[in-house]
Amino acid sequence: MLAVRRLKEKTIKVLLFITALVAVVGVILITIFVFGKGWPFWEKYGLFKSLMGRVWLPNLDGESIFGLVPLIVGSFCVTAIASLLAVPLGVGCAIYLAEIASDLWSRMFRPAVSLLAAIPSVVYGFFGLIVLVPVIRDFFGGLGFSLLAGGIILAIMILPTIIAVSEDAIRAVPKSYKEASLALGASRWQTIYRTIVPAARSGIIAAVILGIGRALGETMAVIMVTGNRPLIPKSILDPGVTLTGTIGTEWAYASGEHTTALFAVGSVLFVLIMLINSIAIVIKNKGELK
Amino acid sequence: MRTRVRMAEKVAFLFLGVTAVVTLASLLIIVIHVFKGGVPHLSLKYLLGKPRNMGREGGIFPTIMGTLWLLTASLLLAVPIGLGAAIYLNEYTQKGLLVKIIRYFTENLAGVPSIVFGLFGFSFFVIYLKLRWSILSGALTLALMVLPTIIRTTEEALAAVPDFYREGSLALGATKWQTISKIVLPAAAPGILTGVLLAMGRIVGETAAVYLTVGGALHLPTSIMQPCRPMTLHLYILAGEGISLTGAYATATVLLIGVLILTIAAQILGNSFASRNIGKKG
Repeated sequence: MLAVRRLKEKTIKVLLFITALVAVVGVILITIFVFGKGWPFWEKYGLFKSLMGRVWLPNLDGESIFGLVPLIVGSFCVTAIASLLAVPLGVGCAIYLAEIASDLWSRMFRPAVSLLAAIPSVVYGFFGLIVLVPVIRDFFGGLGFSLLAGGIILAIMILPTIIAVSEDAIRAVPKSYKEASLALGASRWQTIYRTIVPAARSGIIAAVILGIGRALGETMAVIMVTGNRPLIPKSILDPGVTLTGTIGTEWAYASGEHTTALFAVGSVLFVLIMLINSIAIVIKNKGELK
Repeated sequence: MRTRVRMAEKVAFLFLGVTAVVTLASLLIIVIHVFKGGVPHLSLKYLLGKPRNMGREGGIFPTIMGTLWLLTASLLLAVPIGLGAAIYLNEYTQKGLLVKIIRYFTENLAGVPSIVFGLFGFSFFVIYLKLRWSILSGALTLALMVLPTIIRTTEEALAAVPDFYREGSLALGATKWQTISKIVLPAAAPGILTGVLLAMGRIVGETAAVYLTVGGALHLPTSIMQPCRPMTLHLYILAGEGISLTGAYATATVLLIGVLILTIAAQILGNSFASRNIGKKG
């Protein structure tokens, strides 16, 4: 009886261990199957040459040219615009919610942030297509389909990440810091920007990096508003294309070598995001240890 | 001097208040705009009708069913695995290298962009495992995608269960698994459910990963091995290819309503769970 029981306990433990390994196996399989499919591309076109190539021109019949610079520039631009807009807004909002707003008000605000995070990216893209693109066209001229449109939509999409993670970091600052600062005669604002924000710095930086990672990895919303033209943009009002957008739009008709090239683009994206996320995780953990 | 400090504070607080207003306004503008365009077109006939002419006319019933098939199948895969992993990480292991590795991989899995999940799902499930473009391929991909969410929220819920629950049960002679399954899990259930609701929201709203794995055929799916077109993909095709603006508004509205309900339910449940546990500890 006891032996049976012990066997059962052991079996359960082993089963649970296996479930815990699924995530690990998943990441390994993703790495193998995305990189593996993209590998022939690097062999044929050369890693350095493709990463430095300034022309992206898949040709259905003849020779194709696969230079990743236009895609990387496009991704960089929309991400930069999104961060420039969302970081001050998001961190400001987090400070407001954690330090200034009344308890009731910030409790009512939190569901709004979750809702913003829950809206599907394709709905953001649809809104951008219907509202934002025409507005940009009317105000600034051009097509409206632009890196600016992509950046603005992405900014709204990464706001909840930045707000939620920064707010947690700010709330985690010990109350004694704040009390000491106020007791020394500092005003509330002085306390916030000289004491609380510096103490929450690592968490806030992690929030920003996570937001950037999200912006870089977003696909559908970007596809719908940036115009998807693989040219190196001259201004933020030009259409452009991102790493994600290239995969998303060209997927539908790609075949053979073109598909391999898209997997290569996916690998570049994967490496970039893994790097960014690892930095965020390290910074966050360091902050928590302190 | 004093007045300058006070002025600075006023200006700063005003700016911070404005950031909060802008955030709230973005949410309201998007939701209200979509609802205004979509609600007038909603009817039972639209929800339960067959699409005609590629979605220009008729209803969206097959896409709703596509979303529900994907949702059910991916939850059936992700919830047991996610729960198991969280229980193992929180109840069975102390700190160690292995746990660190598993945590690191789980956190990184959470950061993988959905289009990369799509590429993976295509090359692994659709091609390598020969599951073709099907609900199953899509659900397997989605399950992997939401796994980190379920693991993290479940871990948090388990960690919030006070230790004396476990000690009391073990002291009464229950085994470890009996303690977990009969005492710890029920106490953590609302928190776990919150995580599941969040995962459901992500599954319902996902497009890119699904786009590359489910095919997108606009028909009523009858088995898990068939392709399908969930609502998100339908919206993308309607709006992106300019097939039907009213259809896009209506589909976006249904999608938003679904996601809003899931998120609000998660919020309410999460709040009640948090306050209950604080009560317990005090």
